[in-house]
Amino acid sequence: MTTVDAPVMARAAAPPAVAGRAWRAFRAILWRDLYVTGKEFWVLLVQVALTPLFMLFIFAKVLVNQGSVSPTYGHDLLLPGIVALSAFLTALQGIAFPLIMEFGWTREIEDRLLAPLPTGLVAVEKLVIATLRGLAAALIVYPVGALVLGSAPWRPAGLPLLLVAVLLGAWVGAGIGLTLGAIVPAGRITILFAVVVTPLLFTGATQYAWPLLNGIRWFQVVTAANPLTYCAETVRAAMVPAVPHIRPGVSVAVLLAAAAVFTGAGLITFGRRAAS
Amino acid sequence: MPGSDDRVGSDGRVAVEVVDLVKRYPKRDVNAVDHLSFAVAAGEIFGLLGPNGAGKSTAVGIMTTRLPATSGAVRLSGVDVLRHPVAARTRLAVVAQRPNLDRALTPRQNLTFHAAYHGMRRAERNARAATLLDEFGLAAQADVKVDWFSGGMAQRLMIARALVHEPDVLFLDEPTTGLDPQARLFVWDRIRDMRERGVTILLTTHDMDEAADLCDRVGIIDHGKLLALDSPAALTRGLDVASLEGVFISLTGKGLR
Repeated sequence: MTTVDAPVMARAAAPPAVAGRAWRAFRAILWRDLYVTGKEFWVLLVQVALTPLFMLFIFAKVLVNQGSVSPTYGHDLLLPGIVALSAFLTALQGIAFPLIMEFGWTREIEDRLLAPLPTGLVAVEKLVIATLRGLAAALIVYPVGALVLGSAPWRPAGLPLLLVAVLLGAWVGAGIGLTLGAIVPAGRITILFAVVVTPLLFTGATQYAWPLLNGIRWFQVVTAANPLTYCAETVRAAMVPAVPHIRPGVSVAVLLAAAAVFTGAGLITFGRRAAS
Repeated sequence: MPGSDDRVGSDGRVAVEVVDLVKRYPKRDVNAVDHLSFAVAAGEIFGLLGPNGAGKSTAVGIMTTRLPATSGAVRLSGVDVLRHPVAARTRLAVVAQRPNLDRALTPRQNLTFHAAYHGMRRAERNARAATLLDEFGLAAQADVKVDWFSGGMAQRLMIARALVHEPDVLFLDEPTTGLDPQARLFVWDRIRDMRERGVTILLTTHDMDEAADLCDRVGIIDHGKLLALDSPAALTRGLDVASLEGVFISLTGKGLR
């Protein structure tokens, strides 16, 4: 055997009439996911709001009340971190868990894979919807956090950077979710939480500022490997610039690179899984 | 070895043409599909038979754009499936062996969203869904949860969904496995109806009675190669055996796979 699989598929060039069909199929698949998300909006709300609400309440209310942490901890550090965490993790989970199920025993995704559009566009649609879910999560958590804390940082000049941070954070989360969703078998879904989600949750500089980790150098290095760190740092740079943070230019560049890497990895793994 | 161009429809059209198709999975020493060639006429019911692991599912996976080929060609209603998979998807439909319905949607929405994926307008897709739900005896349960469906109902809904965009070629993977006799007869009747409408059907099955009863011609494959291709009656006559099962056993052996 001298030929390989990939070139046979790669030669495929859609005739012009197919492009319009592919775009219509893409919109229909996007509408399907928006419809299902809307139908189960309360699930999204619970998924998005419950954990941050408890974290804020315990760390920024209960512990402040006991005098264990500074009164400004919630306002200056935790809430911006929670906004970043919500965008990132909601996007990650919003794509990974449904995808693991859809690629599982029932292969529910098959009908969309057989729709008249390139397989890669089905993955792109998943990224788009997960990024939108991440943005929605940040929008929900911000006022919820303000309600829990009684106040929230508000800096109109930082809003464009905040939007960039949340958008890129959600995109990176979606890329990681797409990659994991296409790799992890349904039977190993619990491992995803233990091995991936939990470490990401605590090494992403959401509960602490990265520059202040100087005293624990090894941990600072570990957290530098988590893309969530750069999302949280950018959100702080936008909302509370007085708190020490990584320069936004550096954070945005790292987030863009991470988005490109994980989008590429996600598209490749999705394509392989779809053809299995 | 049967040729690849030995069969055309009454109007002279070939619906599916498989030419020297090869598929070798990575890290395997043998081809899963080994220089397979055959043609299916437009409007024909064609059965692809073979023991487990013979290469049927791999061949169908390539024909339906879901698997890449190693070499060879597949043309479906004149469209090169390997070069233009998106165009091919507008002309084919697949009913999988296992229920793969979208469980986040109702039965009706499974049909209307499928229609939307294939570019049908809202009024058209609603009307088409209503017609098919009625035809497949599912109108009364059209808006419940798909999870509540029995195996037979799910199979009927999957066939209805496959017909929404009026494909030229319908691939049915073991369409009656696990169904009760009533549901099996219902599915057989619908398959014959589809042929009357001009839909070409390529089905895989392990039920030799089903193949003998439904199929105009069958191809028997093993180890990825085509061993025989003809009408069930001609194959039975040719090997001087009592049934298609006799043909199958004499060609593929009695050993377990």
